[in-house]
Amino acid sequence: MSFPESLHAAYDVIVIGAGPAGLAAAATTAEAGLRTLLVDENSAPGGQIYRAITTSPLKNSSILGKDYEAGNDLVHTFEKSGADRLAGCTVWSLDRERVVGLSCGGEARLIKAERVIIATGAMERPFPIPGWTLPGVMTIGAGQTLLKSSGLIPSGRLALAGQGPLLWLYAAQILRAGGHIAAIFDTTPLANYISAAPHLPGFVFSPYWIKGLGLIREVKRVVKIVTGVTRLEAQGKNKLQTLVWEAGSRTGSIDLDVLMLHQGVVPHVNLAMAAGIKHEWDDIQLCFRPVLDESGNSSIKGIMIAGDGAGIGGAESAAERGRLAAIDTVANLRPDALAQIPSRDNVRNRLAQTMRGRAFLDHLYRPSKVFRIPQDASTIVCRCEEITAGEIRASIAIGATGPNQLKAYRRTGMGPCQGRLCGLTVTELMADERGKSPEEIGYYRLRSPVKPISLAELASIPQDETAIKAVVRG
Amino acid sequence: MQTADVIIVGGGIHGCSTALHLALRGLKPILIEKDYAGRHASGVNAGGVRQLMRHIAEIPLSIRSMDIWEKIQDLVEDDCGFDSHGQVLVAEDESELAPMRDRVAELNLRGFNHEELIDAKELRRLVPAVAESCPGGVVSRRDGAANPAQTTTAFRRMAERRGARIIEGVRVDTVKRDGGHWYVTAGSEVYSAPVLVNAAGAWGGKLAAMLGEPVPLEVVAPMLMITSRVPTFIKPVVILRGRKLSFKQFENGTVMIGGGYLGRAYPDTNETDLDWTQLKNNARTVWDLFPIMREATIVRAWAGIEAKMPDDIPVLGPSRKHDGLFHQFGFSLHGFQLGPGTGDTMAELIATGKTNISLEAFRPDRFETADIGDKHEH
Amino acid sequence: MFKRATNHQEPAVQITVDGLPVTARRGDTVSAAILTAGCVEPYRYTAVNGTPRAPYCMMGVCFDCLVTIDGIGNRQGCLIPVSDGMVITRQNGKREIES
Repeated sequence: MSFPESLHAAYDVIVIGAGPAGLAAAATTAEAGLRTLLVDENSAPGGQIYRAITTSPLKNSSILGKDYEAGNDLVHTFEKSGADRLAGCTVWSLDRERVVGLSCGGEARLIKAERVIIATGAMERPFPIPGWTLPGVMTIGAGQTLLKSSGLIPSGRLALAGQGPLLWLYAAQILRAGGHIAAIFDTTPLANYISAAPHLPGFVFSPYWIKGLGLIREVKRVVKIVTGVTRLEAQGKNKLQTLVWEAGSRTGSIDLDVLMLHQGVVPHVNLAMAAGIKHEWDDIQLCFRPVLDESGNSSIKGIMIAGDGAGIGGAESAAERGRLAAIDTVANLRPDALAQIPSRDNVRNRLAQTMRGRAFLDHLYRPSKVFRIPQDASTIVCRCEEITAGEIRASIAIGATGPNQLKAYRRTGMGPCQGRLCGLTVTELMADERGKSPEEIGYYRLRSPVKPISLAELASIPQDETAIKAVVRG
Repeated sequence: MQTADVIIVGGGIHGCSTALHLALRGLKPILIEKDYAGRHASGVNAGGVRQLMRHIAEIPLSIRSMDIWEKIQDLVEDDCGFDSHGQVLVAEDESELAPMRDRVAELNLRGFNHEELIDAKELRRLVPAVAESCPGGVVSRRDGAANPAQTTTAFRRMAERRGARIIEGVRVDTVKRDGGHWYVTAGSEVYSAPVLVNAAGAWGGKLAAMLGEPVPLEVVAPMLMITSRVPTFIKPVVILRGRKLSFKQFENGTVMIGGGYLGRAYPDTNETDLDWTQLKNNARTVWDLFPIMREATIVRAWAGIEAKMPDDIPVLGPSRKHDGLFHQFGFSLHGFQLGPGTGDTMAELIATGKTNISLEAFRPDRFETADIGDKHEH
Repeated sequence: MFKRATNHQEPAVQITVDGLPVTARRGDTVSAAILTAGCVEPYRYTAVNGTPRAPYCMMGVCFDCLVTIDGIGNRQGCLIPVSDGMVITRQNGKREIES
């Protein structure tokens, strides 16, 4: 794959990410006649939740469930909309002038847009336990990706650990696909059932209620569940061999080939932060999220964020937030076309419906401190540079005050993942150690390239009109 | 009100070094930094410890610094990541080599022997991966590189241990002079001392103007890139002067690529934007010169906010307007190596009233005949 | 580490991993193909301490899936689909760099 000749030098709208928010946003702006480009680093549309919706070898089976099939409509609507799509294309840069850096098939381009809608979604929250870097330990999201796109299930002995709706959904899917799960270790803190209780009425009227309970029952019938888990340690020499667990005073161990971890998802902030968009700490969802207005406008003019990247709301709300961002874009760039697309009020109403029950889930599945802030000194926090919690605490003791100062002591966050797998842990660990709030401690200062770009790709950027303009402006 | 012997504004390598050297001379400095020590240019520069190709006027200061760099562990109890594998200026062709030959001859006449002309063979020995077409260059063998954030942090820490007070996260609001004392308001506090040092880097021009001594400082954002780990192939730092490039491989295999290409600086908000149309040229130069790097991956890039003077040398030494005011800023993208020696020199000047290093070329009033535009409002 | 759940209808794709022939299926990413092949473990060694690793996130954020594909290093195996004849080399981290 490389850049098609039909690619324009500039667009009205560039949408980044082909999950539910991105597909809905791009379809809506294109339907209104705006020249729209949807860019995604995967080869097939769908994002994480509808991954491989058009290509999955399991798509006509009951394994993945009815909710997954909803992705078909989004893709179908998008494909009719007339928007351009670049698949297998990495966005490595975005600046406040709305110049998007793209690489595709070994070449790179800089393309400018009047509006940019970031729909880069969520990623799984880091789950730093001792041994989480061993081969054989991966996230539940990773397992589900392999299931959706390749129809793969773990071979050998599998356990799941953590909490959240995805854990139960994946467990059910694995069972339906003929897989076996040796045990599930539920880390939901028991106190969460109390703090979530006041939000229960909203949840009971949401579609999640019936679906969620059904899934949990389906899994519990055949899988051993350990609840109230308070410590997990993966052990093994060159790969996972044993999981040692504690649940209050109960302890045990289990031999495993594959351990999958999950404790919810958080906004994937790297591109938005690198563009300079202001973020704030969300103390319920325990993550940084962008500061946005109701439509999704960020602190930088012309750059919007939609979907789970704007704060976790789930796939259905992501699509509605994508449409809201698109409507705002059309209202600004081509107001006479507003009549051709759904009305803002309708979309707002649907969004409110999809958000019902979210507060209950946020409170119930708020992960426990012991799984966010490693207690064992030997637990690796920064997987890329292999820096442990103990090393970080030692650096704090001799003067490191925040994540960016810490880089001078330890190379945390400076490896290829650019802090994605350690950023929240480092912020929370430093906040905890220094008696400050995560907001005060802050996050890594992120810069482009948000994804590595080869020297060859960078050198290949043509000296086109956009480039010349940028030079003059500088 | 808090009193001290000296108030230093700016917590970069220069402010921290001056604070440390003042403290070592038994004086009580207070350093005020609006962000944190090493937040800007001093913490994010390329880390070059370079005497090579310095302006003649800077050479004595650079040599004084080099003497300190070589014993940096003794001074700050931290190795600062300093290594000394030399720095090499590469001539891409014969026309670039000729002026290098002249320069080395001139330095020798003046009694400076740190720069050495090398032929193609010695160049290839020092930098085996360089393109075959390069005919030679200049080497400064004592030069090297250090970790800038680690270094600035180490100076800050040692200054504090030797008795300096470091106030971070507080911006200077007003500065007044009354009865032989400076009164500096910062945050909710007033600080007073007979001596004030302006080591405010990119913000030094603003402070100088506030004190009635404007200079034509330009705020710039030089950009740097770093690659993924590649097999070790180069020890010294390599620089180019025709096409802009500086190039350094670290022990862990990563390679830093710089050369002074500029992004956009927003000093009021501490922000910078990278300009990839410029970094593209940077990448192109590496592509041409180091074929071994062609499949390397850029994993990070950044820009720091720095001060640049029209003549590319700093504003350094006593004010020509006020007693008890000293300037130490405007190092024009190459102040890191000078930090240790300049701090030592400033402390000497403040404590004893004199130094045998000539600061004449760095006078703040040297631009007065020229048109002083409001360049710092970038 | 993984096996196919169903009677796979997708056509086979032939690749090599460290010189070994591996049969993948259309739609597999490079990482999925290696995790299913079983013949190449561990997936890679890290550049920092030379410790064994395998893909962790499979969605492009952890970079534990880095491999050399057709001579180009540090590519995210979890994002790149296999194609016939693809030559994949595992990255042996520290040992490779020190050689």
